[in-house]
Amino acid sequence: MRQPLLALLAKEPAHGYELKLALEATFGQAYPSPNIGQIYVTLKRLEQDGLVCSQDVEQTTRPNKRVYELTPAGREALRAWVEEPSDGPRIRDEFFIKLILAPMAGIADRIALMNAQRRHYLGLMRKLTDLQADADRADTAARLLIEGAVLHLQADLDWLERCQEELV
Amino acid sequence: MSRSERYLPCLPGGADTACLLRARQLVKVYRADGVAVEALRGIDLDLAVGEFVAIMGPSGSGKSTLLHVLGGLEPATTGEIWLRGRRVDGLSRSGWAILRRRHVGFVFQFFNLLSNMTVADNVELPALLAGASPRQARKRREELLAELGIADKAGAAPARLSGGEQQRVALARALANEPSLLLADEPTGNLDSSNTRDVLRLLRRVHDGGQAILMVTHDARVASLADRVINLFDGMVADDATIVPLPRSLNGVGDVLELRG
Repeated sequence: MRQPLLALLAKEPAHGYELKLALEATFGQAYPSPNIGQIYVTLKRLEQDGLVCSQDVEQTTRPNKRVYELTPAGREALRAWVEEPSDGPRIRDEFFIKLILAPMAGIADRIALMNAQRRHYLGLMRKLTDLQADADRADTAARLLIEGAVLHLQADLDWLERCQEELV
Repeated sequence: MSRSERYLPCLPGGADTACLLRARQLVKVYRADGVAVEALRGIDLDLAVGEFVAIMGPSGSGKSTLLHVLGGLEPATTGEIWLRGRRVDGLSRSGWAILRRRHVGFVFQFFNLLSNMTVADNVELPALLAGASPRQARKRREELLAELGIADKAGAAPARLSGGEQQRVALARALANEPSLLLADEPTGNLDSSNTRDVLRLLRRVHDGGQAILMVTHDARVASLADRVINLFDGMVADDATIVPLPRSLNGVGDVLELRG
Protein backbone atom coordinates (compact mmCIF):
# COMPACT_ATOMS: atom_id res chain seq x y z
CA MET A 1 0.00 0.00 0.00
CA ARG A 2 3.07 2.28 0.28
CA GLN A 3 3.14 3.44 -3.33
CA PRO A 4 -0.57 4.18 -3.70
CA LEU A 5 -0.40 6.35 -0.57
CA LEU A 6 2.68 8.20 -1.88
CA ALA A 7 0.87 8.75 -5.19
CA LEU A 8 -2.22 10.16 -3.49
CA LEU A 9 -0.07 12.46 -1.34
CA ALA A 10 1.74 13.68 -4.48
CA LYS A 11 -1.57 15.26 -5.46
CA GLU A 12 -2.15 17.06 -2.15
CA PRO A 13 -1.50 16.71 1.57
CA ALA A 14 -4.14 14.63 3.36
CA HIS A 15 -4.97 12.91 6.61
CA GLY A 16 -5.44 9.15 7.03
CA TYR A 17 -9.19 8.97 6.60
CA GLU A 18 -9.12 11.16 3.49
CA LEU A 19 -6.57 8.75 2.01
CA LYS A 20 -8.85 5.80 2.67
CA LEU A 21 -11.72 7.54 0.86
CA ALA A 22 -9.45 8.55 -2.02
CA LEU A 23 -8.20 4.96 -2.46
CA GLU A 24 -11.78 3.71 -2.64
CA ALA A 25 -12.76 6.40 -5.11
CA THR A 26 -9.74 5.72 -7.35
CA PHE A 27 -9.84 1.93 -7.56
CA GLY A 28 -13.57 1.31 -7.14
CA GLN A 29 -14.14 -2.35 -6.40
CA ALA A 30 -10.78 -3.27 -7.91
CA TYR A 31 -8.84 -2.89 -4.65
CA PRO A 32 -9.53 -4.71 -1.41
CA SER A 33 -11.21 -2.09 0.79
CA PRO A 34 -8.33 -0.53 2.76
CA ASN A 35 -8.34 -0.88 6.51
CA ILE A 36 -7.86 2.45 8.31
CA GLY A 37 -5.45 0.94 10.86
CA GLN A 38 -3.29 -0.39 8.05
CA ILE A 39 -3.20 3.07 6.48
CA TYR A 40 -2.00 4.69 9.73
CA VAL A 41 0.70 2.04 10.22
CA THR A 42 1.92 2.50 6.64
CA LEU A 43 2.00 6.31 7.01
CA LYS A 44 4.05 5.96 10.21
CA ARG A 45 6.59 3.74 8.43
CA LEU A 46 6.77 6.12 5.45
CA GLU A 47 7.48 8.93 7.89
CA GLN A 48 10.25 6.91 9.60
CA ASP A 49 11.78 6.36 6.16
CA GLY A 50 11.67 10.12 5.49
CA LEU A 51 9.30 9.80 2.54
CA VAL A 52 6.47 11.80 4.14
CA CYS A 53 6.30 14.33 6.96
CA SER A 54 3.32 15.31 9.09
CA GLN A 55 1.95 18.00 11.31
CA ASP A 56 -0.98 18.28 13.65
CA VAL A 57 -3.70 20.62 12.51
CA GLU A 58 -5.88 22.03 15.22
CA GLN A 59 -9.59 21.61 14.88
CA THR A 60 -12.05 23.63 16.95
CA THR A 61 -14.74 21.06 17.63
CA ARG A 62 -12.82 17.79 17.23
CA PRO A 63 -9.42 16.40 18.26
CA ASN A 64 -6.43 17.51 16.18
CA LYS A 65 -5.85 15.68 12.94
CA ARG A 66 -2.48 14.71 11.54
CA VAL A 67 -1.96 15.86 7.96
CA TYR A 68 0.67 14.10 5.87
CA GLU A 69 2.71 15.59 3.07
CA LEU A 70 5.17 14.13 0.56
CA THR A 71 8.88 14.99 1.12
CA PRO A 72 11.32 15.48 -1.80
CA ALA A 73 12.72 12.01 -0.98
CA GLY A 74 9.17 10.63 -1.15
CA ARG A 75 8.58 12.23 -4.54
CA GLU A 76 11.86 10.72 -5.77
CA ALA A 77 10.91 7.23 -4.46
CA LEU A 78 7.52 7.49 -6.17
CA ARG A 79 9.12 8.55 -9.47
CA ALA A 80 11.60 5.63 -9.32
CA TRP A 81 8.78 3.15 -8.62
CA VAL A 82 6.64 4.43 -11.50
CA GLU A 83 9.54 4.38 -13.98
CA GLU A 84 10.69 0.88 -13.14
CA PRO A 85 9.13 -1.76 -15.42
CA SER A 86 6.98 -4.23 -13.49
CA ASP A 87 7.56 -7.97 -13.60
CA GLY A 88 5.04 -9.90 -15.67
CA PRO A 89 3.15 -12.69 -13.97
CA ARG A 90 5.25 -15.83 -13.90
CA ILE A 91 4.29 -19.26 -15.12
CA ARG A 92 2.55 -21.05 -12.27
CA ASP A 93 5.85 -22.55 -11.18
CA GLU A 94 4.50 -24.88 -8.56
CA PHE A 95 2.23 -26.67 -10.99
CA PHE A 96 4.99 -26.78 -13.60
CA ILE A 97 7.37 -28.43 -11.15
CA LYS A 98 4.73 -30.98 -10.13
CA LEU A 99 4.07 -31.74 -13.79
CA ILE A 100 7.72 -32.31 -14.63
CA LEU A 101 8.43 -34.36 -11.51
CA ALA A 102 5.23 -36.41 -11.72
CA PRO A 103 6.54 -39.41 -13.68
CA MET A 104 9.42 -39.86 -11.26
CA ALA A 105 8.86 -42.54 -8.70
CA GLY A 106 5.21 -42.79 -9.79
CA ILE A 107 4.14 -39.71 -7.81
CA ALA A 108 1.19 -38.96 -10.06
CA ASP A 109 -0.26 -39.44 -13.50
CA ARG A 110 0.42 -36.42 -15.73
CA ILE A 111 -2.97 -36.64 -17.43
CA ALA A 112 -4.70 -36.65 -14.06
CA LEU A 113 -2.59 -33.67 -12.94
CA MET A 114 -3.43 -31.67 -16.05
CA ASN A 115 -7.11 -32.56 -15.80
CA ALA A 116 -7.23 -31.43 -12.17
CA GLN A 117 -5.45 -28.18 -13.01
CA ARG A 118 -7.78 -27.51 -15.96
CA ARG A 119 -10.83 -28.07 -13.76
CA HIS A 120 -9.38 -25.62 -11.24
CA TYR A 121 -8.77 -22.98 -13.91
CA LEU A 122 -12.26 -23.41 -15.35
CA GLY A 123 -13.77 -23.05 -11.87
CA LEU A 124 -11.81 -19.82 -11.44
CA MET A 125 -12.90 -18.67 -14.88
CA ARG A 126 -16.56 -19.26 -14.00
CA LYS A 127 -16.11 -17.13 -10.90
CA LEU A 128 -14.48 -14.39 -12.95
CA THR A 129 -17.18 -14.42 -15.64
CA ASP A 130 -19.81 -14.21 -12.88
CA LEU A 131 -17.96 -11.25 -11.33
CA GLN A 132 -17.72 -9.69 -14.78
CA ALA A 133 -21.45 -10.06 -15.37
CA ASP A 134 -22.18 -8.41 -12.01
CA ALA A 135 -19.51 -5.69 -12.18
CA ASP A 136 -20.67 -2.11 -12.32
CA ARG A 137 -20.14 -1.03 -15.93
CA ALA A 138 -19.06 2.41 -14.75
CA ASP A 139 -16.29 0.95 -12.58
CA THR A 140 -13.56 0.98 -15.23
CA ALA A 141 -10.78 -0.11 -12.88
CA ALA A 142 -12.75 -3.18 -11.75
CA ARG A 143 -13.67 -4.13 -15.33
CA LEU A 144 -10.09 -3.88 -16.54
CA LEU A 145 -8.78 -5.84 -13.56
CA ILE A 146 -11.19 -8.73 -14.22
CA GLU A 147 -10.46 -8.66 -17.95
CA GLY A 148 -6.72 -8.90 -17.20
CA ALA A 149 -7.24 -11.88 -14.91
CA VAL A 150 -9.45 -13.56 -17.55
CA LEU A 151 -6.79 -13.12 -20.24
CA HIS A 152 -4.05 -14.50 -17.97
CA LEU A 153 -6.22 -17.48 -17.15
CA GLN A 154 -6.92 -18.10 -20.84
CA ALA A 155 -3.15 -18.07 -21.44
CA ASP A 156 -2.66 -20.58 -18.61
CA LEU A 157 -5.24 -22.88 -20.21
CA ASP A 158 -3.64 -22.53 -23.66
CA TRP A 159 -0.30 -23.38 -22.11
CA LEU A 160 -1.82 -26.42 -20.40
CA GLU A 161 -2.98 -27.57 -23.83
CA ARG A 162 0.59 -27.23 -25.11
CA CYS A 163 1.83 -29.32 -22.19
CA GLN A 164 -0.77 -31.93 -23.07
CA GLU A 165 0.42 -32.01 -26.69
CA GLU A 166 4.10 -32.29 -25.75
CA LEU A 167 4.02 -34.52 -22.71
CA VAL A 168 1.23 -37.04 -23.27
CA MET B 1 -28.18 -26.87 -5.70
CA SER B 2 -25.37 -27.00 -8.19
CA ARG B 3 -26.10 -26.69 -11.88
CA SER B 4 -25.26 -30.33 -12.55
CA GLU B 5 -27.82 -31.54 -10.00
CA ARG B 6 -30.59 -30.00 -12.09
CA TYR B 7 -30.20 -32.75 -14.66
CA LEU B 8 -31.47 -36.26 -14.35
CA PRO B 9 -28.66 -38.68 -15.10
CA CYS B 10 -28.94 -40.47 -18.42
CA LEU B 11 -29.99 -44.08 -17.81
CA PRO B 12 -28.41 -47.08 -19.50
CA GLY B 13 -29.96 -48.06 -22.84
CA GLY B 14 -30.74 -45.82 -25.76
CA ALA B 15 -34.45 -45.14 -25.33
CA ASP B 16 -34.14 -42.84 -22.31
CA THR B 17 -36.20 -39.64 -22.42
CA ALA B 18 -34.14 -37.66 -19.86
CA CYS B 19 -31.20 -38.20 -22.18
CA LEU B 20 -31.44 -35.83 -25.11
CA LEU B 21 -28.38 -37.00 -26.99
CA ARG B 22 -26.35 -40.15 -26.53
CA ALA B 23 -23.33 -41.41 -28.43
CA ARG B 24 -21.70 -44.79 -27.98
CA GLN B 25 -18.30 -45.81 -29.31
CA LEU B 26 -18.31 -43.24 -32.10
CA VAL B 27 -15.51 -43.74 -34.58
CA LYS B 28 -14.76 -41.55 -37.57
CA VAL B 29 -12.06 -42.50 -40.03
CA TYR B 30 -11.08 -40.22 -42.90
CA ARG B 31 -9.29 -41.71 -45.87
CA ALA B 32 -7.00 -39.48 -47.91
CA ASP B 33 -4.70 -40.87 -50.60
CA GLY B 34 -5.09 -44.38 -49.25
CA VAL B 35 -4.09 -43.32 -45.72
CA ALA B 36 -6.63 -43.78 -42.93
CA VAL B 37 -6.78 -41.06 -40.27
CA GLU B 38 -8.78 -41.76 -37.14
CA ALA B 39 -10.41 -38.47 -36.12
CA LEU B 40 -12.68 -40.03 -33.47
CA ARG B 41 -11.56 -43.14 -31.67
CA GLY B 42 -14.46 -44.41 -29.61
CA ILE B 43 -16.36 -41.50 -28.07
CA ASP B 44 -19.09 -42.03 -25.47
CA LEU B 45 -21.20 -38.99 -24.64
CA ASP B 46 -24.47 -38.25 -22.83
CA LEU B 47 -26.25 -34.92 -22.90
CA ALA B 48 -29.27 -34.46 -20.64
CA VAL B 49 -32.32 -32.39 -21.60
CA GLY B 50 -31.44 -28.71 -21.02
CA GLU B 51 -27.79 -29.37 -20.25
CA PHE B 52 -24.97 -27.10 -21.49
CA VAL B 53 -21.75 -28.93 -22.34
CA ALA B 54 -18.57 -27.41 -23.78
CA ILE B 55 -16.04 -29.43 -25.77
CA MET B 56 -12.45 -28.27 -25.55
CA GLY B 57 -9.12 -29.71 -26.68
CA PRO B 58 -6.14 -28.94 -28.91
CA SER B 59 -6.53 -28.41 -32.67
CA GLY B 60 -6.87 -31.73 -34.41
CA SER B 61 -8.27 -33.48 -31.34
CA GLY B 62 -11.56 -34.16 -33.15
CA LYS B 63 -13.82 -31.48 -31.63
CA SER B 64 -15.44 -30.20 -34.82
CA THR B 65 -15.65 -33.67 -36.32
CA LEU B 66 -17.54 -34.83 -33.24
CA LEU B 67 -20.02 -31.96 -33.52
CA HIS B 68 -20.56 -32.56 -37.23
CA VAL B 69 -21.10 -36.29 -36.73
CA LEU B 70 -23.53 -35.69 -33.86
CA GLY B 71 -25.50 -33.25 -36.00
CA GLY B 72 -25.53 -35.59 -38.99
CA LEU B 73 -23.47 -33.27 -41.21
CA GLU B 74 -21.03 -36.17 -41.70
CA PRO B 75 -21.71 -39.88 -41.17
CA ALA B 76 -19.92 -41.76 -38.40
CA THR B 77 -17.77 -44.67 -39.56
CA THR B 78 -19.09 -46.87 -36.73
CA GLY B 79 -20.93 -46.27 -33.46
CA GLU B 80 -24.40 -45.34 -32.29
CA ILE B 81 -26.14 -41.97 -31.97
CA TRP B 82 -29.44 -41.58 -30.16
CA LEU B 83 -31.43 -38.35 -30.24
CA ARG B 84 -34.50 -38.04 -28.02
CA GLY B 85 -34.52 -41.77 -27.45
CA ARG B 86 -34.39 -42.64 -31.12
CA ARG B 87 -31.49 -44.28 -32.94
CA VAL B 88 -30.43 -41.88 -35.70
CA ASP B 89 -26.97 -42.91 -36.90
CA GLY B 90 -28.43 -44.90 -39.81
CA LEU B 91 -30.51 -42.03 -41.19
CA SER B 92 -30.10 -40.95 -44.81
CA ARG B 93 -29.01 -37.41 -45.68
CA SER B 94 -32.58 -36.32 -46.17
CA GLY B 95 -33.63 -38.09 -42.97
CA TRP B 96 -31.02 -36.06 -41.10
CA ALA B 97 -32.11 -32.85 -42.81
CA ILE B 98 -35.68 -33.32 -41.60
CA LEU B 99 -34.50 -34.22 -38.09
CA ARG B 100 -32.25 -31.15 -37.88
CA ARG B 101 -35.01 -28.87 -39.11
CA ARG B 102 -37.19 -29.91 -36.17
CA HIS B 103 -34.77 -30.67 -33.36
CA VAL B 104 -31.24 -29.39 -33.94
CA GLY B 105 -29.98 -25.82 -34.44
CA PHE B 106 -26.46 -25.17 -35.72
CA VAL B 107 -24.21 -22.12 -35.16
CA PHE B 108 -20.85 -21.90 -36.92
CA GLN B 109 -17.72 -19.82 -36.44
CA PHE B 110 -18.17 -18.02 -39.77
CA PHE B 111 -21.93 -17.51 -39.36
CA ASN B 112 -22.83 -19.14 -42.74
CA LEU B 113 -25.72 -16.76 -43.41
CA LEU B 114 -27.27 -16.66 -46.87
CA SER B 115 -25.77 -13.49 -48.31
CA ASN B 116 -28.37 -12.86 -51.00
CA MET B 117 -31.24 -12.82 -48.49
CA THR B 118 -32.16 -10.26 -45.85
CA VAL B 119 -31.67 -10.91 -42.15
CA ALA B 120 -35.43 -11.48 -41.80
CA ASP B 121 -35.50 -14.06 -44.61
CA ASN B 122 -32.48 -15.89 -43.16
CA VAL B 123 -34.30 -16.30 -39.87
CA GLU B 124 -37.72 -17.12 -41.35
CA LEU B 125 -36.47 -19.72 -43.83
CA PRO B 126 -36.01 -22.64 -41.39
CA ALA B 127 -39.52 -22.17 -40.00
CA LEU B 128 -41.00 -22.06 -43.51
CA LEU B 129 -39.06 -25.19 -44.50
CA ALA B 130 -40.41 -26.92 -41.40
CA GLY B 131 -43.95 -26.16 -42.51
CA ALA B 132 -44.81 -23.04 -40.52
CA SER B 133 -47.17 -20.53 -42.14
CA PRO B 134 -45.58 -17.27 -43.34
CA ARG B 135 -47.39 -15.49 -40.52
CA GLN B 136 -46.05 -17.85 -37.83
CA ALA B 137 -42.53 -17.66 -39.29
CA ARG B 138 -42.67 -13.88 -39.29
CA LYS B 139 -43.94 -13.70 -35.72
CA ARG B 140 -41.19 -16.02 -34.47
CA ARG B 141 -38.56 -14.04 -36.38
CA GLU B 142 -39.75 -10.76 -34.86
CA GLU B 143 -39.63 -12.22 -31.35
CA LEU B 144 -36.13 -13.63 -31.84
CA LEU B 145 -34.60 -10.52 -33.40
CA ALA B 146 -36.13 -8.37 -30.65
CA GLU B 147 -34.79 -10.68 -27.96
CA LEU B 148 -31.31 -10.62 -29.50
CA GLY B 149 -31.38 -6.82 -29.81
CA ILE B 150 -31.26 -6.63 -33.63
CA ALA B 151 -34.91 -5.94 -34.50
CA ASP B 152 -33.82 -2.87 -36.46
CA LYS B 153 -31.63 -5.00 -38.78
CA ALA B 154 -34.44 -7.15 -40.19
CA GLY B 155 -34.31 -5.60 -43.67
CA ALA B 156 -30.51 -5.48 -43.91
CA ALA B 157 -28.24 -7.75 -45.93
CA PRO B 158 -26.01 -9.88 -43.65
CA ALA B 159 -22.83 -8.42 -45.18
CA ARG B 160 -23.77 -4.98 -43.86
CA LEU B 161 -23.73 -6.18 -40.25
CA SER B 162 -20.81 -6.44 -37.83
CA GLY B 163 -19.49 -9.88 -36.89
CA GLY B 164 -21.30 -9.80 -33.57
CA GLU B 165 -24.59 -8.89 -35.24
CA GLN B 166 -24.17 -11.61 -37.86
CA GLN B 167 -23.59 -14.18 -35.12
CA ARG B 168 -26.79 -13.03 -33.42
CA VAL B 169 -28.68 -13.52 -36.67
CA ALA B 170 -27.14 -16.99 -36.95
CA LEU B 171 -28.27 -17.71 -33.40
CA ALA B 172 -31.79 -16.48 -34.18
CA ARG B 173 -31.88 -18.73 -37.24
CA ALA B 174 -30.66 -21.71 -35.21
CA LEU B 175 -33.38 -21.11 -32.61
CA ALA B 176 -36.18 -20.42 -35.10
CA ASN B 177 -37.80 -23.86 -34.78
CA GLU B 178 -37.22 -24.08 -31.02
CA PRO B 179 -34.88 -27.06 -31.37
CA SER B 180 -34.22 -29.18 -28.29
CA LEU B 181 -30.50 -29.14 -29.09
CA LEU B 182 -28.24 -26.27 -30.12
CA LEU B 183 -24.89 -27.31 -31.62
CA ALA B 184 -22.32 -24.52 -31.79
CA ASP B 185 -18.88 -24.72 -33.38
CA GLU B 186 -16.56 -21.96 -32.08
CA PRO B 187 -19.41 -19.39 -31.98
CA THR B 188 -17.08 -16.65 -30.67
CA GLY B 189 -14.01 -17.75 -32.62
CA ASN B 190 -14.29 -14.86 -35.04
CA LEU B 191 -15.48 -12.12 -32.66
CA ASP B 192 -13.68 -9.38 -30.72
CA SER B 193 -13.94 -9.32 -26.96
CA SER B 194 -16.93 -7.00 -26.66
CA ASN B 195 -18.95 -9.01 -29.20
CA THR B 196 -17.85 -12.19 -27.43
CA ARG B 197 -19.30 -10.78 -24.20
CA ASP B 198 -22.62 -10.13 -25.94
CA VAL B 199 -22.79 -13.62 -27.41
CA LEU B 200 -21.88 -15.01 -23.97
CA ARG B 201 -24.77 -13.14 -22.42
CA LEU B 202 -27.11 -14.51 -25.10
CA LEU B 203 -25.94 -18.10 -24.65
CA ARG B 204 -26.40 -17.75 -20.91
CA ARG B 205 -29.95 -16.54 -21.45
CA VAL B 206 -30.71 -19.26 -24.01
CA HIS B 207 -29.43 -21.89 -21.58
CA ASP B 208 -31.38 -20.42 -18.66
CA GLY B 209 -34.45 -20.78 -20.89
CA GLY B 210 -33.96 -24.56 -20.82
CA GLN B 211 -32.11 -25.01 -24.11
CA ALA B 212 -29.56 -27.84 -24.32
CA ILE B 213 -26.29 -26.67 -25.84
CA LEU B 214 -23.30 -28.64 -27.06
CA MET B 215 -20.53 -26.26 -28.01
CA VAL B 216 -16.99 -26.58 -29.30
CA THR B 217 -14.79 -23.73 -28.11
CA HIS B 218 -11.22 -22.66 -27.46
CA ASP B 219 -12.41 -19.76 -25.38
CA ALA B 220 -12.36 -20.60 -21.68
CA ARG B 221 -14.71 -17.71 -20.87
CA VAL B 222 -17.35 -19.32 -23.06
CA ALA B 223 -16.59 -22.82 -21.77
CA SER B 224 -16.84 -21.66 -18.16
CA LEU B 225 -20.55 -20.91 -18.66
CA ALA B 226 -21.23 -24.58 -19.36
CA ASP B 227 -22.42 -27.10 -16.79
CA ARG B 228 -19.77 -29.56 -17.93
CA VAL B 229 -16.59 -29.46 -19.97
CA ILE B 230 -15.41 -32.42 -22.03
CA ASN B 231 -11.75 -32.36 -22.99
CA LEU B 232 -10.92 -34.22 -26.18
CA PHE B 233 -7.43 -35.39 -26.97
CA ASP B 234 -6.41 -37.38 -30.01
CA GLY B 235 -9.96 -38.42 -30.84
CA MET B 236 -10.77 -39.63 -27.32
CA VAL B 237 -12.32 -38.14 -24.18
CA ALA B 238 -9.43 -37.18 -21.88
CA ASP B 239 -11.63 -35.55 -19.21
CA ASP B 240 -15.31 -34.98 -18.54
CA ALA B 241 -15.87 -32.65 -15.61
CA THR B 242 -18.66 -30.63 -14.04
CA ILE B 243 -17.56 -27.02 -13.56
CA VAL B 244 -17.49 -26.05 -9.92
CA PRO B 245 -17.05 -22.32 -9.28
CA LEU B 246 -14.36 -21.94 -6.64
CA PRO B 247 -16.21 -21.63 -3.36
CA ARG B 248 -14.22 -19.25 -1.21
CA SER B 249 -11.22 -17.88 -3.00
CA LEU B 250 -12.97 -15.00 -4.76
CA ASN B 251 -15.65 -13.07 -2.94
CA GLY B 252 -15.30 -9.76 -4.68
CA VAL B 253 -13.49 -7.96 -7.43
CA GLY B 254 -10.72 -6.83 -5.07
CA ASP B 255 -9.79 -10.46 -4.39
CA VAL B 256 -8.78 -10.85 -8.04
CA LEU B 257 -5.54 -9.07 -7.07
CA GLU B 258 -4.73 -11.96 -4.73
CA LEU B 259 -5.34 -14.68 -7.34
CA ARG B 260 -3.03 -17.64 -7.25
CA GLY B 261 -3.10 -20.49 -9.72
